[in-house]
Amino acid sequence: MLNRTVAPSRHDIQDIAFVQPDEVVFDNGLRVFIFRAPTQELIKAEFIFQNIFDGSENSLLHTCASHMLKEGTKTRTSTQIAEEIDFYGAYLMPEYSFDQTSLTLYSLNKHLSSVLPVVHDILNNATFPDAELETYIRNNKQTLQISLQKNEYLARRLFFKNLFGESRYGRIPTEDAYDRLNREDLIELYRKQVHPQNCTLILSGNITEDVLTQVRELFDIRWRNTSEASRIGSPIFPDFTPKTVVEERADALQSAIRLGMPTVNRVHPDFPAVQFVNTLFGGYFGSRLMRNIREEKGFTYSIGSAFASLQHTGFFTIATEVGVDSTGATLAEIEKEFDILRNTQATEQEIALVKNYILGSILGTIESIFSHADKFKAVYFYGLDLSYYTRYNEIIRNMTAADVQRIANTYFDYNNLLKIVVGKSSSNFF
Amino acid sequence: MINYQRFTLDNGLRVLVHEDHTTAMACVNILYDVGARDEFPDKTGFAHLFEHLMFGGSVNIPNYDTPLQEVGGENNAFTSNDITNYYITLPSANLETAFWLESDRMLSLAFSEQSLEVQRNVVCEEFKQRYLNQPYGDVWLRLRPLAYKEHPYRWATIGKELRHIEEATMEDVKAFFFKHYAPNNAVMVVAGDVTFDQVKLLAEKWFANIPARPKQERKLPREPKQLAPRREEVYADVPVNSIYIAFHGPGRIDPDYPVMDLLSDILSRGSSSRIYRALVKDKPLFSEVNAYVCGSIDPNLIVIEGKPLPHVDMAEAEKLLWNQLYILKSEMMKETELQKVKNKIESTMVFAELSILDRAMNLAFFEVLGDAGLYNQEVAKYLAVTPSDIQRVAQEIFMPENSSTLIYYAKEQEHAE
Repeated sequence: MLNRTVAPSRHDIQDIAFVQPDEVVFDNGLRVFIFRAPTQELIKAEFIFQNIFDGSENSLLHTCASHMLKEGTKTRTSTQIAEEIDFYGAYLMPEYSFDQTSLTLYSLNKHLSSVLPVVHDILNNATFPDAELETYIRNNKQTLQISLQKNEYLARRLFFKNLFGESRYGRIPTEDAYDRLNREDLIELYRKQVHPQNCTLILSGNITEDVLTQVRELFDIRWRNTSEASRIGSPIFPDFTPKTVVEERADALQSAIRLGMPTVNRVHPDFPAVQFVNTLFGGYFGSRLMRNIREEKGFTYSIGSAFASLQHTGFFTIATEVGVDSTGATLAEIEKEFDILRNTQATEQEIALVKNYILGSILGTIESIFSHADKFKAVYFYGLDLSYYTRYNEIIRNMTAADVQRIANTYFDYNNLLKIVVGKSSSNFF
Repeated sequence: MINYQRFTLDNGLRVLVHEDHTTAMACVNILYDVGARDEFPDKTGFAHLFEHLMFGGSVNIPNYDTPLQEVGGENNAFTSNDITNYYITLPSANLETAFWLESDRMLSLAFSEQSLEVQRNVVCEEFKQRYLNQPYGDVWLRLRPLAYKEHPYRWATIGKELRHIEEATMEDVKAFFFKHYAPNNAVMVVAGDVTFDQVKLLAEKWFANIPARPKQERKLPREPKQLAPRREEVYADVPVNSIYIAFHGPGRIDPDYPVMDLLSDILSRGSSSRIYRALVKDKPLFSEVNAYVCGSIDPNLIVIEGKPLPHVDMAEAEKLLWNQLYILKSEMMKETELQKVKNKIESTMVFAELSILDRAMNLAFFEVLGDAGLYNQEVAKYLAVTPSDIQRVAQEIFMPENSSTLIYYAKEQEHAE
């Protein structure tokens, strides 16, 4: 008779070996990393540029430049670019992040030779037409108006503003800032930033010799540096002072809560252990915050915490949206969870669970060759290599209750957080 | 193209196996053939609330999540108007844990009062977060009952109102479970680093002794043909005006479904698409426009929506959208333009096959549509569509008497900055 109360026996989770890319440096300085998957029909070519901040910390300009890349070249209009890319079933996606701007092409192998020249044109001859810029500004201002009605967006905005001030990480879009965007600044940024020496190209998929030849013809021989190697420049952050910021919203049904502080990033030796403790605390569905605030109290649909790594700093954040009546109670429960994390040792069972969960989810993030490339990217720009993951797994496997407590007491302090509430607060908790 | 093998247990559970040994993971996807369309009109939001309760412990296993996390697995689920889909991904060495957990909750739930109490609250907060505390969040709470008068698609998956969820009782929960959660009302797909023989053994061991339950034939009211345009206008606390026009269209397995789907792609997919070009880029008329189909199993909706810029009044905005639809009806489109949207379908299908979970979900969904093998015929159906199909279906669908228009007017207001 089958005994359903007993779990099947468990098997250890193996570490996964990440694919080591081939590296080629072109004559123009372009660094190329190649991840091969010979049976796949789809190719991803990712051109990644370090964001250049030369004196100005106006990151909105970078966001705009990245969106505007596809909006016209000396020989192609915005429409023509869109038509050519769409016709071949390809995707061309500019993406801006705090430290890098990228242009990513996805294409079926058979159409690559038709779409690569468009990418080449964009990286060499973008013109940032005024009419397209006007459209960008107009539409983004309208989208901003909508976003400003969302408590969650307001909370996020206040969070970054208070955490990073006037530095590139703290700049938030406003109508004025959109109005100040202009073509000259965009072209100047493009000249400084978009050239081979400031670019890393990651190719993944079925990268045959033929594909490489095509890439070399366009992006080595026919791509020249337009600028001396530019300084990326380090941002200066305001001194962090923990404080509470409340924005009352009369008709709110839910309050958006965002807590956090600046902290270490991926290059710090404690980072893997910090990730472990964060997972246990608020980093997955079974975390303490989720169990308490969603699964026991029912205050929210979701709550989570994260340690995010940036090039020049890192930050810790907790985010949730809760019924307005539960705002104070939620903050009190979060504070309680911090106290428990710092003062009471976790059980062996919980530690074992979090270990297995993390090891399994690393395995689970690998779906295709593209995932291998992503893993590489996540460490490469910090000056790390894939041995980071060996060390990471080693640390995760060896975590003890005492380690958790040490990390908790170093990096998890409720009294040292920036606390943002947008919605309604119950005043007795402040 | 997804290869698979299949077998059916004596209790009616259909099992599909898709082997892929390039991954170290396995995925177990169980689709129950029940969605919001199977709810009573006075107890809506139930299929979705029920999905939450499926994580509240089963008859022999008090906690669902923990044992799975202990073996490195993850899970989630979603509910639509048509189906409820649960999935697990885990290292393949621990595949049996997924069988143990899924079979026990198919057998019976713990039916814990505490779990019901908490999940009622969680779902109410989800309702607020997604539908009430957002500008335009209630679009579908308004558009569905405008477009559907008889068919249960007239309510959203989250439910008609918070009250239905707040009033759910344990008795309702049990009745729902024993009516819809049965091996003969489910499809299980096991994909990834697994073998057919292994899945067969495990399925026999864990699922074979779950009794089949009486399956009622689904008798949903047919939506009567719409005969006159419908319209709802709201003055709401939103920053900009917004318009939505919904048209009735064919169901998921109708031969014209791919035609309708391509119609929406022609209108708004990608930055070279028609309405994006005409109304956002070439002339400053809208800040955003979009067209999409709902993808429902029963007769569908295709929706055209947009937010006009401040200088374009609503009557003009509406005319501009209709004008694009008239062009589709009156002018035969060029082969090259049709080829473009077909090429996009082809590459999207390659994308969709990158992850084993997506492959598993697709097989399960097409099995419920009638046969998992239909999945592998999808691309061919899209590629066979001609310009005259496009024109014919546009003429059938884009008729004023087939339309339901929802308009949000921004209330004049002071914005506190």
